This record gives sequence, C-alpha cells and structure tokens, in this order.
Amino acid sequence: MDNVWGYILWVIFPYVALGSFFFGTIIRLALYGGNITAKSSELLEKKQLMVGSILFHIGIIFVFFGHVVGIFIPKSFTDFLGIPNEVYHMGALVMGGLAGFMALAGMLILSYRRFSNKRVFRTSSFSDLVVNVSFLIVIVLGLSASLIEGTIFHPEFNYRLNLSVWARQLFYFHPDYHLMLQVPIVFRIHVICGLLIFAFFPYTRLVHALTLPWQYIFRRPIVYRKKGLRGRSK
Amino acid sequence: MKVKAQISMVLNLDKCIGCHTCSVTCKQTWTNRPGAEYMWFNNVETRPGVGYPKKWEDESHYKGGWKLNRKGKLELRAGSKLNKVALAKIFYNPDMPNLDDYYEPWTYDYQTLFGKESKHQPVARAKSQITGEYMDLTNGPNWDDDLAGSDRSFGEDPNMQSIESDIKGNFERTFMMYLPRLCEHCLNAACVASCPSGAMYKRDEDGIVLVDQERCRGWRFCMTGCPYKKVYFNWNTNKAEKCTFCYPRIEEGLPTVCSETCVGRIRYIGVILYDADRVAEACEEPDDTKLYEAQLGLFLDPNDPEIVEQALADGVDMETIRCAQKSPIYKMAVEQKIAFPLHPEYRTMPMVWYVPPLSPIMNYFEGKNSIKYPEMIFPAINEMRIPVEYLANLLSGGNTEVIKSALYKLAMMRLYMRAKTSGKDFDPEKLDRVGLTEDSATSLYRLLAIAKYEDRFVIPKSKKEKVAPVAEDQGGLGFEQCNGCALAPVHGSMLRKAKAGESTKDIYAESFYGGIWRD
Repeated sequence: MDNVWGYILWVIFPYVALGSFFFGTIIRLALYGGNITAKSSELLEKKQLMVGSILFHIGIIFVFFGHVVGIFIPKSFTDFLGIPNEVYHMGALVMGGLAGFMALAGMLILSYRRFSNKRVFRTSSFSDLVVNVSFLIVIVLGLSASLIEGTIFHPEFNYRLNLSVWARQLFYFHPDYHLMLQVPIVFRIHVICGLLIFAFFPYTRLVHALTLPWQYIFRRPIVYRKKGLRGRSK
Repeated sequence: MKVKAQISMVLNLDKCIGCHTCSVTCKQTWTNRPGAEYMWFNNVETRPGVGYPKKWEDESHYKGGWKLNRKGKLELRAGSKLNKVALAKIFYNPDMPNLDDYYEPWTYDYQTLFGKESKHQPVARAKSQITGEYMDLTNGPNWDDDLAGSDRSFGEDPNMQSIESDIKGNFERTFMMYLPRLCEHCLNAACVASCPSGAMYKRDEDGIVLVDQERCRGWRFCMTGCPYKKVYFNWNTNKAEKCTFCYPRIEEGLPTVCSETCVGRIRYIGVILYDADRVAEACEEPDDTKLYEAQLGLFLDPNDPEIVEQALADGVDMETIRCAQKSPIYKMAVEQKIAFPLHPEYRTMPMVWYVPPLSPIMNYFEGKNSIKYPEMIFPAINEMRIPVEYLANLLSGGNTEVIKSALYKLAMMRLYMRAKTSGKDFDPEKLDRVGLTEDSATSLYRLLAIAKYEDRFVIPKSKKEKVAPVAEDQGGLGFEQCNGCALAPVHGSMLRKAKAGESTKDIYAESFYGGIWRD
C-alpha cells in the first residue's frame, strides 16, 4: 500500500502539478495576457506594504535561487570543487535561513495587512487570500524542515543524496519515488505544498513574476504607435 | 526636421466660472464604474488651493516630471531605469499617491429615505464605495471649492510659496481663480517614459497619450512619472487609466466631451505642427523661465510652403495640415502669445494651454475713465488682484514678463472693443504698443468673446477608410468589468420589450410614468 501512495505522491502528483503550471502559463499568456497585472493594492494602503513587500520579495527571490542551486547542482560537483559537505551545509543554512526569515517576516506583514486592512480585504479576491496563506504555510514548513527537523531530529539527513536527485529525475522523466521515502516528513510536506503553489501559480496574481518588463531597459523613452494601414496583416 | 501633428487644447481662464460641467460630463462618460469612482480625468480646482490629488504640484514630494542631471541631460525625477531596480522600487513605489491624497469615494444609502415610516427623520449616511462601511467625511472632490477652508489650503499651495507672505493671509486682498485640468498629452510625456511595460504611448497621428489596457501590468510608475497626477490606478482592474482626449470623438472630427459641454465656451481644440527632432533639445533648456519660449520654438508655421512639403513627406495628411492652418491653438499660442503651458518647468512639454484670467482687474478698472486713458492698464495690471507672480508660477515657470504682455494685450483689446461698440474715439496707436492692430484686435475679440463653435473646434477627421479598425490597434480590451454603466441594462430591457412586439407607446407609458423615469 505504501508503494501505491509513494507512486501517486512522488510520481503522478508532481507531473500533474507541473503540467498544470505549464498548461496554465501558456493559456494565460497566450489567451488571457490582457488581464495579467501585479495586482497592486498600494493605492489603498502604503505603509505596511512598504516593509512587507520589500522584505518578502527580496527574501523570496533569494530563496528561489537557493532552491535552484540546491536542486540543480549535484553533490559530485561541489565535491569536485573541494567544498566539504559541512561548509556547504552551513552556508546553505545561514544564507537560506536569512532569506527565509526575510520572506517569512514580509509575508506575515503582508498577510496581516490583507486580512486586517478593510480597504485591502474588501477588494481582495478569494485567490489573493489563498496565495497569502499558502505562502505562509510553505515558508514555515521550509524553515522548520531545514532548521529544526534537518538539524535536530535528523542530523544525518542530506537532501542532496535523495530529494535533489529525485527532483532532477523529474526533469528527465525517470523519477524514482523510493528516494523520497527516505526523506523526513516535514520536508515531504514542504515539497507537496511547494508543488501545489506551482500548480495554481498561473491562475492567480503570482503570474506577474513571469512578466518582468525586460524591454524597458533597452527601449527609447517616448513610445509612438501608428495605426496599421488597412490591408496589411495585423 | 521631423514634422508631427499634435492635437491640443487652449482654455480661456478669463471666462471659466467654475461650474464643473466639464468634470461631471467627463465622469459620466468615462469614469462612472467600479474602481474608477475616485478618478476625475477632468477636474476644476479653485486657486489658490491644494488641488487634486492634494498638493500635486509639490514635486519634491511626488517626484513627477523630468529634471536635468549634472550633465544637463533629461532624467525622470523619480529615478532612472537602473535606480528602479536597484532600490526595489518595483516592489514598492515610494512616490505614488495614496487613495487619501485623492479621497475615498462614497455613496449614500438612499433606500433608508424611502423605507418604512419610523419615529425619526431618516438620514442618508455616507457609505464608502470601497469598503461599504459608513464613513465620516473629512475630504472629497473639490473640498476647498471656492476657497472653502482657505486659511488652511492657502499655505498648502506650492505656487504661493515664492510670493511675499503678506499676500497669503490678507483677506482684504483675497483672490481666486478656477483651473480646469485634464491630461496634458505632453510632447515629452514623463508617464510614457516611466512605463516599464510599454503600455503607454503617444498616437503617431495626433499625439494623444493612451494606456493600452491589454499591455498594462499595473507597475504604477506612470502615476509617479506624471507631474500633473493625471494617470490613475483602477483598484478593480488593477490597471492604469487616464484622460483619452475622447479619441473616439476626435477621430470623428468632434470635440472632447469636456469641451463640447463647456457652458462658458472657454475651450478651444486644434492641431499644431511641431518639430519632433528638437523636442529633447528644447526640454534641456537649463533656465526654467525660458522653457515656455523653448516650447514655443518647436511649433512650426503651417502656412509656410516648405513646412507643408516636409509635413507631407513625414506622413502628415493634407486634412490635418489644413486644420493646422486654421488652428485656434496656433493663433492664440504662437501668433498672439496669449496662451501658456501649465507648469512648463516640469519639462514634459504639455499641450493643454491656458489664457490667464483678467476679470478682477477689469471690474475695478472699467468704472473709471479707462477709455480715455488706456495706458492706465499698465500700472493697473501690475497691481492686479491675482498676483502676476502667481500666474507666472503656474503658467510660465516664473516668467512674469510674458504673462504681463499677454494681460496687456487682452485688456487693451477689451478697451478697444468697448470704445468701438459704444462709439467712442480710440487712438489705434495704443493698440500698437501691445502688438495689436485694429484687424487683429477684432479677430481676437471674435475668437475669445464670440467664440463660435466652428472657430473653437477645428479638428481633422481621421482617415478610417485607409486604416485598420482603430479599436484593435489601440488595445482592444477597453475598461473591462464595466458594471457601473447603468444605462446599458436600461436600454437593454427596453430593446427586449421592443423585440417582443410591445409598441413604443406602451414602453413609453410603462417606463415614463407621471414624469418620473422608471427603470
């Protein structure tokens, strides 16, 4: 029975979640590109937003790249560079912990603001509330997994030997779910919650992260638009 | 040289009575929907006053418009492109106005007035249109209308700060004027330059500045960039909106709604040709007081055959050129120099210009033997009730000389016409001193005082037969979720009745009952 659940959770579910992410992103960008915005509520409340938004965004960007490094750089590579495992882990814990707490503090302020400020709350959609709460959950899980469970209860656990390997395997379609069965429970819940966020990412306000305005850096300041001439394909 | 055509407006403040008809008709047309309740694409401010949003002219606070950097080059006051990323401004825009700087929109619960009979007189209390809660009103549109609370608002008007303090509080010398404001459709629009998404643009054919609702991602830098604070953020669609210069009407050769409905006939719309290649150079004029003249220098004479030839080569069509030749804007701004841009020191090259007001002085003056001694106006204008410095801070970057010569001209024109219509003698040489002739004074009088519809509005029709459907090109989304436009369901229900075979008479009797329209 354990194997069936393992298969569902660590083989089927990740693909459903990532499939939803890519499907939703393509549909949103291609068909509903017109309704993508950062959904700012700065007009309605400014002071709490300043602290919360800056802390959260900077924190979460570092956290994101930390995850990318943790998953995509195999242990063999750092071994090859001669970085000892302990040094790597201390570095990851300190930097990841700092970024994680930044994101957590930011999200706590933002969530408090969203639920307590009447203007912001009344103009929020259901998905805005879901996004706030799920980020809180996933950040708390992530921090407690690496700082409490990983260091106190399972000091022998090294995610780079199983979790990261499994995550990489997802990208070449050979995930071995047995690897995930060796992973402690909080880590596992964190992974599932994280995948859930990816699953609903494109259907919520989060999609603004995919539309960074790169072209602004290169374009001329004043934009002119000409009406298309009739007959020209448009 | 690159010739471009710009549609622009002049407002004759001398005739504005502050009735707010322009604001109301504009609101009914454009911002009568959820998320847009607090927006006034057009608003009328009493001056001196705080304005809307509060203290919008205080650019040390809002950081709108352009400034010159150390090298003398133009730079957005809110910061360069790099600075927006480096200081995390993309996550939080420190210079953006808050809803309270405008006002929290409200409505009244009118139902309580018609409910069951109760012991007490029913009262309709103000209810926020955002939270739905009852609210105590402490601020609202035109809260300081007609100098209400002016003891407070006088000091909050940034234009008052460089004027001697004795005028400020002295109520015997209290003055006021009205300032209708809309988007300036600038040649060097700071909002367009601020938009990270490239959603804001100037239309190539007439220079109208629009927000593509499809491309807008709600980064809000346009709101900071615009020094006139005329780009608004819709909290419902989470996108920016602004005055459209009623482009669907302009394309049909019709004036904007605000101009069409202006009861004082103070608004003029026309085309002006300018040299797009020299705009940047003019904006980089280091002296604030010379920016008005720098902008004037950009405008091209539409009657010059060489300019016409160049304009045609640059893609301006013949009808636009013909309209530019008859343009009331060109006449007032360039030929007579009686119209001025609003705050040229923001360096955006605004294209809604104003004729400075004169009324208080004429009241004081007309009772005395003014026709006999027309030169009396020269000292009189210097002691005008509305200080010339105030007008200069508003309209010419502090250049009082140009404002004075416009006021002399307007006053002299009035004296001349007064003498002419009352059969008195008037020495035409007096006109010469302010740069008028008998002919030009008469034609200026016709334009300003008679203000015939066809003289005020000279607007080229767009060549729809040559271009693809406009709506698609301008970003087809429109202002979505337009639940607030209540007329559609009303007409819809009547259309359904008509389709079901009810006669017009029946529908009329049903809906228009005892003089009250029921929907």
